[in-house]
Amino acid sequence: MKVAITSSGNTLKSTLDKRFGRCSFFAIYDTLTDEVEFIPNPNKDAEEGAGPASVQLVASVPVEKIVSGEFGFKIKSLLAELKIQMIVIKDSDKTIEDIIELLKH
Amino acid sequence: MPGRPKIIRKISVAPVASGFRPYGMAQNAKKKESLFLLYEEYEALRLCDYEKYTQAEASSFMNVSRPTLTRIYMSAREKIAQAFVEGRNIIIEGGKVCFDSEWYTCGSCNCFFNNPFKETQLEVCPLCGSRDIQNFESLSEEEKSEFTYIGKSGCGRGHCSNKRKRGRMCQKNQE
Repeated sequence: MKVAITSSGNTLKSTLDKRFGRCSFFAIYDTLTDEVEFIPNPNKDAEEGAGPASVQLVASVPVEKIVSGEFGFKIKSLLAELKIQMIVIKDSDKTIEDIIELLKH
Repeated sequence: MPGRPKIIRKISVAPVASGFRPYGMAQNAKKKESLFLLYEEYEALRLCDYEKYTQAEASSFMNVSRPTLTRIYMSAREKIAQAFVEGRNIIIEGGKVCFDSEWYTCGSCNCFFNNPFKETQLEVCPLCGSRDIQNFESLSEEEKSEFTYIGKSGCGRGHCSNKRKRGRMCQKNQE
């Protein structure tokens, strides 16, 4: 199973990006192989429609869960239809490494 | 004769602040009573002005009709204008609302998550695997009863003005 984590940079030490649509990178974590892949977000500076475009990007991976700081209105209904689980983390100090550590439980 | 009961308005996110207060008031200005901005009014304002949805779209998000949304929105703007002009505090509370259900919260890592597979029951937190999860709806359930009645004062039942300032619970409420 793959999990997308919105990241502010392309290293494991980067922190969680609070926004979903306009985050800098998506860290795709594979729970089976324990590998992490960073995908730059082409919609980072998009004026509008960044959310749905980012959903398409991560849905094409495909991922089953997305970890982010917040999800917009349009995204919530889109992801619910695609049956992708949203996980919202309010304290943003966590690094990608920390989150992956949590996901391993 | 009581009127037709209000439809429960759906709120997607609770406001980050519980209120606002003016600062730097003129010395001779009289201190006035706070204004109560209802949750539904906050939500209408957020959808229409912050998220920039049309009123028709916003009304479908809140699960009310378009004219009702317009009335809620209008009342929100009136209250905010009044608070601005008269230098009153704004307290966001009350209103007949419920929170978007199907969301859960985890007690150990403090995250929120939804359940995309409605057929199966979630038992562990998808992030940390803790079993200490709670349906967000059950949280708002008790708050719901608080919200269903809108009073001008303290406990929302109209019999304990000013007590909330001192952090005391309303006596009658506890009985």
